[in-house]
Amino acid sequence: MPKYLRRLCVLIASGMIALLIAWITTPTAVLAMNELRGTGDLGIVVERSAGSILIVDTTKRAALARVEGLGDLSHASAVFSPDQRFAYVFGRDGGVTKVDLLTASIAKRSIQAGNAIGGAIFDDGSLIAVSNYEPGGVRVFAADSLDMVADIPAIGANGKASKTVGLVDLPGRRFAYALYDAGEIWIADFSAGAEPAVTKLSNIGALPYDGNVTPDGRHYLVGLFGEDGVAHVDLWREPLAAERILNGYGRGEEKLPVYKMPHFEGWTASGDRLLIPAVGRHELIAVDLKSFKEVGRVVTHGQPVFAVARPDGRYVWVNFAHPLNDTIDVVDILTLKVVHRFRAGPAVLHMEFTPRGRDVWVSARDDDRVLVYDAATFAKKGEIAAAKPSGIFFTARATKIGQ
Amino acid sequence: MSKRLYPKTRPSPSAAVLGLIAALAAMPAIPPVRGEEIAASARLSNLVRQDCGSCHGLTLKGGLGKPLTAESLTAWDRDQLAAIILDGVPGTPMPPWRRLLTEAEARVIADMLKEGALK
Repeated sequence: MPKYLRRLCVLIASGMIALLIAWITTPTAVLAMNELRGTGDLGIVVERSAGSILIVDTTKRAALARVEGLGDLSHASAVFSPDQRFAYVFGRDGGVTKVDLLTASIAKRSIQAGNAIGGAIFDDGSLIAVSNYEPGGVRVFAADSLDMVADIPAIGANGKASKTVGLVDLPGRRFAYALYDAGEIWIADFSAGAEPAVTKLSNIGALPYDGNVTPDGRHYLVGLFGEDGVAHVDLWREPLAAERILNGYGRGEEKLPVYKMPHFEGWTASGDRLLIPAVGRHELIAVDLKSFKEVGRVVTHGQPVFAVARPDGRYVWVNFAHPLNDTIDVVDILTLKVVHRFRAGPAVLHMEFTPRGRDVWVSARDDDRVLVYDAATFAKKGEIAAAKPSGIFFTARATKIGQ
Repeated sequence: MSKRLYPKTRPSPSAAVLGLIAALAAMPAIPPVRGEEIAASARLSNLVRQDCGSCHGLTLKGGLGKPLTAESLTAWDRDQLAAIILDGVPGTPMPPWRRLLTEAEARVIADMLKEGALK
């Protein structure tokens, strides 16, 4: 055989072997239906540019499959069905995708608005709610069919349609959320049926940008962008009312530029204090969960974006806004000191702990990988290749109020 | 022995490589500035899509921040956009990027947005 032909055959054979290796090592699309497995240790990683998610196994510290076709996932979030089988992924383009984690496929998908920011699932798993920017408001859907059952436009007292933020589920078939443009907090109660009774609290503060509820479902806190303070609703008190806490935490000082909004996420049930990001200050503010007064501050590496507590509550892992977004601070909630600071990778977007706090998964968007660290020793225990990873969500969220 | 379909004498591979090197050497050198410009605009595109995109959307169709598609920006000229990028909009979440971007970079971004040229 002429030399050039032999070389060509070698080239083709090498190419085929390379393809074979790539095919074998790429997560396969479908789990065989006769392979029984649980879903309690599964999760998803959002691939924000590709519009896909990875289904991951936190025991194996590996990706199992990729599911594509979820639309614009550039600010995606997810909730899980009570049986931890399905993820409902809320995309920026108003898409809601119900993903079957066991078959790694899309069970249902709907585009329900022009621009959406997040969602929540009812305490009994029967309904999901989506908070929308465009049109502003909250829409509620049956969890099995994704048929719309309620549409709640967020028209504030000022008469303008508002973007909605900070949507969380509450016990008793209720949701709470804030109206960004109108400066209000609404609590929608579906316990009587599909027509909700909506309680509207107005003048709670300027530009509420996110909200969350404590793990007992009692205290709803909303961060304000337009002023230094946080709005607080004690949901066990009747009539429902919002009070201002941490007022003037900026002490009249010039705010630093905020290149990415902080988030109210990652709160855990333990201890008597909560660490929340300051806006325009490179600090976390420690709030006492009985008095709701400030009990201290932690100076951090940059503008905190997420302050995620380890499940035992003892340490809080913090990531930061651009341009200091390659670093993570670990804060001790007792001493309010940063006990560890390290560079995890370019553009750390999100962190999620395994349910009992053994590992923490960290997305490094511009490294195209998710890193897994030991949550006690900070040792790196694994990594998962992912295309521009952002949010990481584990199925254990299905068992928690407000998640 | 199969019929030889190609001429017996043909350029050897080493001759071809030498020829290629000679051709490249004869080409005018790519000015280093142009190469840096390409890298800079790739970096700025990534910044706009990923970091500005936190508020304005990866596809620039908006989010907390306004849409930045070329169609949405027809009322603004490039210098106005560059000024907004550098100095922000006080009282709103749009921050001033002056500490992180030069005026030239802000103009490059403004041009890219006006042209709808972001990849």
